[in-house]
Amino acid sequence: MSRVIQIAGLRYRYPDGTQALDGIDFHLNSGESVALFGANGSGKTTFVLHLNGLLRGEGSIEICGMRLADGTLEQIRSKVGVVFQDSDEQLFMPTVLEDVAFGPLNLGLSPDDALTRARTVLKRVGMAHAFERAPYHLSAGEKKRVAIAGVLAMDPEILVLDEPTTFLDPPTRRDLLSLLRSLPQAKVVVTHDANLARALTSRAVFFDQGRITGQGDVIEIIQRFHWEYS
Amino acid sequence: MHIPDGFLSTPVWATLDVVSAPAVAWVARRAQRDTQDNRIPLLGVMGAFVFAAQMVNFPVGPGTSGHLVGGALLTVVLGPAAASLVLTAILVLQALIFQDGGVLALGANVFNMALAGVAAAYLANRLWAHASRSVAIFAAGALSVMTSACLALGQLLISGVPMTGGVLWASLGLFLISAIMEGAITVAAVRAIERLNPAWITPQPATSRAVAAVAMAALVLVVGGTLIASAAPDGIQRLTMQGVDSVGWRARTMAGLVGIAMIFALCYLGGKLKSRRRSA
Amino acid sequence: MHHLVIDRWSRGSSSLHQRDPRAKLAALLVFLVVLSTTRPGAQWAFVAYAVLLILTANLARLPILGLASRAALVLPFSATFALLTWWSGDSLRALALAEKSFLSGTAALLLVGTTPLTGWTAALESWRVPRMLILVIQFVYRYLFVIAEQVQRMRWAALCRGPKQRGFRLAAGLVGVLFARSWQRADGIYHAMLARGFRGRFVPAPPAPFRSSDALFLSTCLAGCLAIRMLL
Repeated sequence: MSRVIQIAGLRYRYPDGTQALDGIDFHLNSGESVALFGANGSGKTTFVLHLNGLLRGEGSIEICGMRLADGTLEQIRSKVGVVFQDSDEQLFMPTVLEDVAFGPLNLGLSPDDALTRARTVLKRVGMAHAFERAPYHLSAGEKKRVAIAGVLAMDPEILVLDEPTTFLDPPTRRDLLSLLRSLPQAKVVVTHDANLARALTSRAVFFDQGRITGQGDVIEIIQRFHWEYS
Repeated sequence: MHIPDGFLSTPVWATLDVVSAPAVAWVARRAQRDTQDNRIPLLGVMGAFVFAAQMVNFPVGPGTSGHLVGGALLTVVLGPAAASLVLTAILVLQALIFQDGGVLALGANVFNMALAGVAAAYLANRLWAHASRSVAIFAAGALSVMTSACLALGQLLISGVPMTGGVLWASLGLFLISAIMEGAITVAAVRAIERLNPAWITPQPATSRAVAAVAMAALVLVVGGTLIASAAPDGIQRLTMQGVDSVGWRARTMAGLVGIAMIFALCYLGGKLKSRRRSA
Repeated sequence: MHHLVIDRWSRGSSSLHQRDPRAKLAALLVFLVVLSTTRPGAQWAFVAYAVLLILTANLARLPILGLASRAALVLPFSATFALLTWWSGDSLRALALAEKSFLSGTAALLLVGTTPLTGWTAALESWRVPRMLILVIQFVYRYLFVIAEQVQRMRWAALCRGPKQRGFRLAAGLVGVLFARSWQRADGIYHAMLARGFRGRFVPAPPAPFRSSDALFLSTCLAGCLAIRMLL
């Protein structure tokens, strides 16, 4: 099984001096799903922003065999699809179809091809009825689906999801879970939702103040760190 | 302050459309040059922020409250070119979707608020920044409102919209009050923002004080000139023929300029007080 | 809310909705110029313009009353000036002020009520309006409602904590926090754009071809407006 993510010794310091990440070693295998747990402020989101080069720290990062550097940023960003926590920040175009076509257009597809791909992907996530809708009018669950579509449209090998079930009601979480399970890409899921982690991922990593203090089977990690509140 | 369609005479709205179009193109090019590409979402979000912030009530007395207009705030945060562009975008949306301001009158409204208003804010900030930030920002807010309001008034008068003396004085008085409120609200807002992160307020602009003073004088002349020009002969004649007590062009211009001068005086005194307190 | 209603209207499917936005925008401008240059005494012309707008609204399957009530938003302002003008003896001009501003507003509503924002901004862009301005317009519109809703929630939260003591400072604080959250939102959007391969250029969609039905629509409007202007 090949490794799609290989990280060694990742360090990152915020502009104000705080050491956000202090020597992170991480790997992800092809097709595998990993959960990232940890308190707010422990570095999970900061870590995730390094996976596609939005933040650049010290240490080595290899994505699908490519070393992360200025020259490889474009390719890596097409391989790593990040679904951010705030869907309103992710869906910034006036209509759903235009938003999903944004990625393919940036990859160099012609406008027609980009729109075709956008339509295909939107059908895949069950949002075929919403091509011309404005993102403002969508429910939280629908926005999340469109955000995922926007990322899938770039044909990534790795999906990174930052707290995907926040603000979603249980039925919507169920639907989202079944969508995510049907996607073959390797996944990194930052979440506080133990149920989601158990159902979607096999391995978990625990962050504490910029370091990884635990790794292993997801159920075992949840128990060890008491990552459930009832 | 948003002039609807049907108020301005054809030469007035047409001229202002012709004047504003290349000015906006220039502003767009300038904003693009000064703006790293991450700023387009920032400009949009700041525009939406101003729109939304206009809904916030600022109580200033029993039963009265003011609202932020936002031109000066945008200038201080984004710089004049970007601020002009954002305000233009807001005016277009207000005209077409919110029925606030006319479509043919866009040239006039853009000139008054997005161009002259921002210029006034930028220059005022530059002129007083050495004395005290609060005075500079107050001046920016007050003068931007006063400038756009006086220009609008002048354009309406040139177009022959009749106004009796009473209405004119009342309008100018209202402008002055709005201007002072905008100054105060902008200062309060900028202080609140700086407390959260000082980096968000752009530092001292680079124009020399002398240039800024000359530019400000030019702006005042434009405003004064508009008010003077509104003494179009047929306008006065129509009023006098119908026996309405018309206010002479001198009085009108004086009123507008007095309003601006009062704000200048306030800021000058404020600046002097602050400097004295600082050196004491 | 006003903009939500217009947004909903703009997604209709009448024959007017399907006309090219450039044709509709041009028709609006023709109408506005003709209306604006109509002399105040030509009352029959104003009636004819109103009829023209009603016919257009029917074609667009938009509610006349809804349109009229929204266009009437301009009336407090123009009615004040109309009254002043009436007072100074020029009753024809007074009437014209009110009529012109109301009819202009209705015509603008017909445009945005039959054309989504992306449509008329694309039309503007094809007429050489600077791309940067178009982008800012789209972004402002996109985030307008999100941030407005935030303001609403923050005001409610503040109200829940007691009466309006220190109202001015509270308002300033609210604006400050709103600003901070907006700035952070802009950073988030930029990250999302970079993550999907953004390299500094927004790729524009190619404009749809101008069809003969669009040309027919535009020429009919032009002919109608000019006829009213010259004959009445």
